[in-house]
Amino acid sequence: MDTARRIQVTVNGTTVESEVPVRLLLSDFLRGTLGLTGTHVGCEHGVCGCCTVLLDGEPVRSCLLFAVQTHGRAIRTVEGLAPDGALHPLQAAFREEHALQCGFCTPGFLMTLIPFMDENPAPSEEEIRAALSGNLCRCTGYQNIVRAVRRAGEHLTGNIPATAEERR
Amino acid sequence: MKPPPFTYVDPTGLSEATALLAAHGDEAKLLAGGQSLVPLLNMRLAQPAVLIDLNRVAELNYLREESRDGRPGIAIGAMTRHRSIERDSAVTDRLPLLREAIGWVGHPQIRNRGTVGGSIAHADPAAELPLVLVALDGVATVRSERGTRTVPAAEFFLYTFTPALEADEVLAEVWLPLPSPGTGQAFVEVARRHGDFALVSTAVSLTVTAQGRCADARIAVGGAAPVPMRARAAEAGLAGEDPDDTRLREAARVAAGEMEPTSDVHADARYRRDVAETLVYRALAAAGRRARSDA
Amino acid sequence: MSTRWFGQPVRRNEDERFLTGKGRYVDDLQPAATLHAAVLRSAVAHGRITHLDVEAARQLEGVLAVWTWQDLGDVWRPSPMVVPNEALIHPRTQYPLARDKVNYVGEAVAFVVATDRYIAEDACDLIEVEYEILPAVIDLENAVAGDTLVHEDVPNNVAATLTQQVGDIERAIAEADHVFTERLYIERSAAQPMETRAIVAQWDSAERVLTMWDTTQAPLSIRNGLAVLLGLPENSVRVVAPDVGGGFGVKIMMFYPEEVLVPLAAMRLGQPVKWAEDRREHLIASNHERGQMHEASIAVRSDGTILGVKDIFLHDAGAYTPYGIVVPIVTATQLPGPYRIRNYFSESRTVYTNKVPVTPYRGAGRPHGCYVMERLIDRVARELEMDRAEIRFKNMIGPDEFPWDVGLTFQDGAPTRYDSGNYPAGLQLALDRIDYAGFRELQERRRREGRYVGLGMASYVEGTGIGPYEGAHVRVDGTAQRVVVATCVGTQGQGHETSFAQIVADELGVRPDQVEITTGDSRSMNWGSGTYASRSAVVTGNAIGAASHAVREKAVALAAELFEANPADIELRDERIFVAGSPDSGLPIWDIAVVANPIRYAYGTQAARAIALLKQRQGPPLPEGTEPGLEARKYFSPEQATFASGNHAVIVEVDPETGIVTILRYVAVHDCGNVINPMIVEGQVHGGVAQGIGGSFYERLVYDADGQPLSTTFMDYLIPTAMEVPNIEVDHLETPSPLNPLGIKGAGEAGVIPVPALMAQALEDALGPWGVRVTEMPLNPGQIRALVRDAETRATAAEDTR
Repeated sequence: MDTARRIQVTVNGTTVESEVPVRLLLSDFLRGTLGLTGTHVGCEHGVCGCCTVLLDGEPVRSCLLFAVQTHGRAIRTVEGLAPDGALHPLQAAFREEHALQCGFCTPGFLMTLIPFMDENPAPSEEEIRAALSGNLCRCTGYQNIVRAVRRAGEHLTGNIPATAEERR
Repeated sequence: MKPPPFTYVDPTGLSEATALLAAHGDEAKLLAGGQSLVPLLNMRLAQPAVLIDLNRVAELNYLREESRDGRPGIAIGAMTRHRSIERDSAVTDRLPLLREAIGWVGHPQIRNRGTVGGSIAHADPAAELPLVLVALDGVATVRSERGTRTVPAAEFFLYTFTPALEADEVLAEVWLPLPSPGTGQAFVEVARRHGDFALVSTAVSLTVTAQGRCADARIAVGGAAPVPMRARAAEAGLAGEDPDDTRLREAARVAAGEMEPTSDVHADARYRRDVAETLVYRALAAAGRRARSDA
Repeated sequence: MSTRWFGQPVRRNEDERFLTGKGRYVDDLQPAATLHAAVLRSAVAHGRITHLDVEAARQLEGVLAVWTWQDLGDVWRPSPMVVPNEALIHPRTQYPLARDKVNYVGEAVAFVVATDRYIAEDACDLIEVEYEILPAVIDLENAVAGDTLVHEDVPNNVAATLTQQVGDIERAIAEADHVFTERLYIERSAAQPMETRAIVAQWDSAERVLTMWDTTQAPLSIRNGLAVLLGLPENSVRVVAPDVGGGFGVKIMMFYPEEVLVPLAAMRLGQPVKWAEDRREHLIASNHERGQMHEASIAVRSDGTILGVKDIFLHDAGAYTPYGIVVPIVTATQLPGPYRIRNYFSESRTVYTNKVPVTPYRGAGRPHGCYVMERLIDRVARELEMDRAEIRFKNMIGPDEFPWDVGLTFQDGAPTRYDSGNYPAGLQLALDRIDYAGFRELQERRRREGRYVGLGMASYVEGTGIGPYEGAHVRVDGTAQRVVVATCVGTQGQGHETSFAQIVADELGVRPDQVEITTGDSRSMNWGSGTYASRSAVVTGNAIGAASHAVREKAVALAAELFEANPADIELRDERIFVAGSPDSGLPIWDIAVVANPIRYAYGTQAARAIALLKQRQGPPLPEGTEPGLEARKYFSPEQATFASGNHAVIVEVDPETGIVTILRYVAVHDCGNVINPMIVEGQVHGGVAQGIGGSFYERLVYDADGQPLSTTFMDYLIPTAMEVPNIEVDHLETPSPLNPLGIKGAGEAGVIPVPALMAQALEDALGPWGVRVTEMPLNPGQIRALVRDAETRATAAEDTR
């Protein structure tokens, strides 16, 4: 029956150890304790998706998890997507298609989409929109995000249409 | 919106969990997927002194075929994630109502963490899984240090957010019967946005004999009363009859009359009753079509 | 000068850091030893504070300070009246902490500073506060009846009565063949950017400098106001808006209470202090908008010619008027839209209620004006049985009628005089894209299938690019080989780092990715206003254009001297400056920048080579009247707004049994004059339309009769997701602005303006068989279903009486 615990978590491939209060949210652990501020907090009640990270490869809302619950688990955040500087095809596609404006929701979208694209290399527009329905964006109206997913899918499957017109 | 202080414990077995509940039940809350509880904690609408985290109780995570009293069915451990059900086609092919309902539960990130037990014990009348449990007359298994008891679905939901659980008890499992041959099922929901809690939802099941008569009719409606409810009068009206379009419309009308809906920011009572009739009809029509093709 | 970059969909300079999680939003900043603040907020909408005891909170371990109004000293005073107006006879602004009385749920009552936010919230829970609850003023019509007053000395809760008129409306009404009247409502909604507000303040007691990072859209205004409030010289206060996650108007205030409390705490406690707003706070304590009630009449001839419009409306100000009456002024002046309204009368009363204060939110009164005007026209079309496109074309100002003086005074105090545009062409383009001609047949086909589709159209004119002015500082850094530009408008996602860079790149012959734009730091640019009212591209853009041009001229003059050529023969391209016709001769512009600074020694061999050229000059190294370097600071001050416009069309499907609406197609034709970056402009339109869809079907801030907000989480206040927002087909029309050198008009708010108007029309069209009338926005499925059901009841009753 603890109020604080020592935890060991692997974050973006590096194992960290920390003593944390049991009520410390995972979002605050990542941002405050570890200084990984790429994961953003938009609502703290599990609706907006800005705080999405991968827990053992699955997208979850880090504002609805306590840091102590991740002891012995592996977490991946947006900072882990392009560690050597070269953008992941999805990140490059976001830039190409203007799928971000203020950028605040973007890490949450990326972390939601990475596993989605692993499982669905050639998704339809409907499937993409359903996959995105748990992430809110206030700037883009989502349209360019959908386009970015399709473009990235083409890169990942090598299935690139001949002309820009075909893509539209 | 930070949670208030609490002490935390994460048992690894069910007996450890029930011992903790016996000691702290009144001032404790059980943490399952956290998708409903942690928002309440962050908003300080729940302020338990003790948080018992069930996520390491592996023995509560299972999905298997199991017969009860000679009826084939599926037993689902309380800590089974929604996502596991979504992914297990062996199960969902056998139980189409569950498969259809799970797709309406929140969003993928929610389904990755949310659990069947957590959803059912939360007892939100607009939630999908409680409705399925009530529609199929499932059975809940409840454990405590005092022992094990089973609770039929019809007795499990007492009021909004109020399941029939004592402070020292934990929902350990739900069992759902498989449909008999000649059964069609349908789950239909109206929500403000995709993934939101239903304004009104309905789960129906129709079993039709080779002679075209209704052998079993189940109409459950969510969001139209403080608990997920069965439209018993409407069901009785279909029993033994040919479920043609006129009868289905009548059943829907009767079902709507049996509701006790409430109003909130999203919809008023009148709308809920009104739409319930539409949804029940549409669901029954779909179930009827599926029953005929399953015969 | 080339226009190689202007008009191109250049990919953004700012994206890399956002994509890799390296953005610097205010809550990301964590100076050493930062303390964390929380605010105790009123739980009642209207009440006297009868008991306030913070002792238990002060005793909690980890708490450094708990303040009430008495602890604030000199700083406890009402925040400034940002936009005064003669008609605003009873302005009221908020104090940083309430004293005797609270006037809305969410009003700041006490302020806590602790070692972390968790403890700060624990401390808030320990503060004892009791209120004598007073009746809450919620409904607008009850408010003006005046039985209960929000502010004791403001009779009938009316802060301002504003009348604007053109021509003679009573005569127009008397002479009209028909006069139709509508009562129209738009309910409260709010900006809700994904990033809530946040502030970090740090006081350097040795240097006596206050640095504040704030999500504000107007860092200079905050800097200027804080300097006065805190008794500091302006250059001892630095306000920085770093990366900001969306603004849409809600992040512009002077001041939100926290903008005063946080720097004060940093100064008193000697440690940096951070306050990061949570979403529930944002929903109940950051400003709202949109609530208005209109009674509008339109006078027409039988052939559909509009003779005049009369509009009487109530504007819900909330409990205070920090932004004056900007929103109702914009509603009143933008209501006429693209139509010839020669007789017009508008009277608004700005009304206090016990709710969150109202300040501009994307659209800032234009959506209301467009809604009223388009609903009136729809009513005329229906009553006179005229085609709704035909009646619009009939009354639209034609492309040869500019400048068109509406006859009103706009929010900037200048005339509402439309400078250029082609409204009929825009409408025609939208109608062609949506296939208006073929729609009736589509609708009939669907009805035979038992499906109900409807088409809506709406047009608007938007005043953009108002003054007073903005400035830009442009400098070519020869050693870093970058062009460094500073302005002080903030950036919240609009792509300033790219669009502004495109302007510079064209002038100086470099690439946009070689131009670094700093926005939002009061230290880098001392003069300016802020990002609001769709003005940054116009005002800052032109200031940047002027400053870049001045730099260009200087570079050309210097090159002409060095190459012994005619300045008219000097070109800048691909980072080089050369005599036309021989691009391989000449010099990199970076070298010219070095040459422009006649210091005896040079930095780097390339610069040394360039410097050698200077030795051949005569006269002082820095000739009379020149300044060193390739650098200039210029300002742009527009005389009046420049008027953008747009025409949208939509096809929706409505399920009459459930009231659920699906948007099948959405077309947006948009005219913002010359377009710097069409990709960015389209993105702005997409986002605006999405917010408009929210304001039509999903987003409504609800208060109960006691003034308790019922929309306090994202489960109650519904932001549209990717499933609710369709693909938006955007087309551009470009009628350049004659009012600024770049010919630009603003684009930031455009997408949202016509949406409620066209959705109302589309709903009525889809539910035509029931004859429903839409007078209120937003509408949820229950309300839409009720319209159908009530129409069915009426029809049944009518049959029964036959």
